[in-house]
Amino acid sequence: MLLYVDLHLVHEVTSPQAFAGLRLSGRAVRRPDLTLAVMDHLVPTWERSRPTPDPIGREQLRQLSENCAAAGIPLLDLNDRRQGIVHVIGPELGMTQPGMTVVCGDSHTATHGAFGALAFGVGTSEVEQVLATQCLWQAPSPTLEVRVDGHLPAGVTAKDVALGIIGRLGVSGGQGSVIEYTGEVIRRLSMEGRMTLCNMTIEAGARAGLVSPDQTTVSYLAGRPGVPAGADFERASERWLQFASDPGADFDRTVEVRAAELAPYVTWGTTPAMVATVTGRVPWLADLLDEAERSAAARALSYMGLTEGTAIEDIPIDRVFIGSCTNSRLEDLRAAAAVAAGRRVHPRVRAMVVPGSGTVKRAAEAEGLDRIFQASGFEWREAGCSMCLGMNPDILQPGERCASTSNRNFEGRQGAGGRTHLVSPAMAAAAALYGHFVDVRRLPSAAAIGN
Amino acid sequence: MDAFTLHEGLCAALSLDDVDTDQIIPKQFLKRTERDGYGDSCFFDWRYDQSGQPRPDFELNHPAYRGASVLLTGRNFGCGSSREHAAWALSGYGFRAVLAASFADIFTTNALANGLLPVRLSEATMETLLKRTRRRDGYRLTIDLTLQQVSDGSGVVAGFDIEPFWRDCLLSGRDPIAMALSQEAAIRAFEETRSELLPVTLDQHRL
Repeated sequence: MLLYVDLHLVHEVTSPQAFAGLRLSGRAVRRPDLTLAVMDHLVPTWERSRPTPDPIGREQLRQLSENCAAAGIPLLDLNDRRQGIVHVIGPELGMTQPGMTVVCGDSHTATHGAFGALAFGVGTSEVEQVLATQCLWQAPSPTLEVRVDGHLPAGVTAKDVALGIIGRLGVSGGQGSVIEYTGEVIRRLSMEGRMTLCNMTIEAGARAGLVSPDQTTVSYLAGRPGVPAGADFERASERWLQFASDPGADFDRTVEVRAAELAPYVTWGTTPAMVATVTGRVPWLADLLDEAERSAAARALSYMGLTEGTAIEDIPIDRVFIGSCTNSRLEDLRAAAAVAAGRRVHPRVRAMVVPGSGTVKRAAEAEGLDRIFQASGFEWREAGCSMCLGMNPDILQPGERCASTSNRNFEGRQGAGGRTHLVSPAMAAAAALYGHFVDVRRLPSAAAIGN
Repeated sequence: MDAFTLHEGLCAALSLDDVDTDQIIPKQFLKRTERDGYGDSCFFDWRYDQSGQPRPDFELNHPAYRGASVLLTGRNFGCGSSREHAAWALSGYGFRAVLAASFADIFTTNALANGLLPVRLSEATMETLLKRTRRRDGYRLTIDLTLQQVSDGSGVVAGFDIEPFWRDCLLSGRDPIAMALSQEAAIRAFEETRSELLPVTLDQHRL
């Protein structure tokens, strides 16, 4: 069937071939007014006043400007104060609302599911199709409920909920499905927390993940640029809440997770499901009974330069990256700053904070978070995807080990030969201070780490 | 789009589960703005060492697999990033079909849109086919999309499922965009019913 797309987000890396395809076939962009473009994937996060240093990347940015100008698509370029990561700016501008369908040529599009939108990533051929028709050919997906009941312990954040779920489901556990996250923990999460959780849905293999809209959703949207004002806001909110899930809705499958069993997590391997609690250990290979799992773990340990059975807190860190569409919003930066305040980054560690958007950056600066980070020895950068995927100069050197708030720890993800451990913003900040992983629940600032 | 009806070709094995698209085509090759020319970059970091020499320990570099057009691999192939460059790279390398026990969703669509056939087979069938391929004695397979069947001429005949929409597109070479455009009246009728409260991106410039 054909699915109509209410919002199409476009960025520089996965769109040039789509626009070229339209030109080749003489087709126009059907709804530039439902399309929003931004430069984020390969933009420098440093010295923005100079031209982008990489000529091939610069050409890609130039083509996005040209393509958007020709089609009349609004573009947030490097000079726009609102420029930032596509999955940060959509919600921030109020463009993502309950009941909408949202697509983007980026696998982390499920982020927008936090608003009760059906949002998923597509490839470039589908980007071209949406540009031309505003529609996609889709088959219905099976549904998977992931219910998290109970109370999250202090120091355990939305990122830890996501890693805990992926650790249980596995990297293909959600394959083909749309996940709805339910339960007391989800209801109490902020919109930022829900975005972090939905963002990581693809890492469990699912097509999309969403949270039923409620008063938290409505309050977040109030006053944002894309949202109606005055009497229309009341009408819009009533409409949004009609998309709330029915009590007792049926799902094809349900997985239950108890909040009390969740802890701060650290990935030790090369998939987001290779995860251990901070007080745990890298697995002993002999403990892994499945042969495929054991050989994948052995390969991952060799790539990661880790010995089986090593305590997570004994793993030393060279780099720290706080940013990405998973964890670069104001709440994330506050959690990291709460840990960093008044402390110094370990002398061996180079630590970097990359806000998710220009708007996040200014809000953080207004409350002094930039000064806290810089006084502690963190670099304070401009907005972009940065070291999450290393398409700009922010990359790991071979063998460097990074505590990262991003979403993927695949081989070479942050730079060829680089070693990535996925953690929450608070855990990343703590690793920066100590030079190795530490349990944030034991820090005096634990209570200030929001969940 | 490129039509696919039947393909017969040499098999190559990549005996790993969860091969992600970052491995199929690393990020440094995503800056180009063309659709072709990615074959040499396919599996780049696994395929070549730092001096640019082929790594002898990378399975696909085995001389017996030279010229292979059918890739046999593990579960959850193509997970991670949505980059369609992964499908372009595999096609550029010379593959026409990928056989696995399961595929990541976005990769599946990207592959189909480029006439690279993702063939999902049972774990048991994959085990047999991988075993035969790893003998490295020129093992070949025929993939028949009309019959939805894989066969090796020496005992293995296995059926596979594919979404009817994509089967039709591949067999006829029909373009999904043209098919959607032919529904213009229905799309327009739907647009008439959309709430006026829904956001419009051009409006945000007013603020």
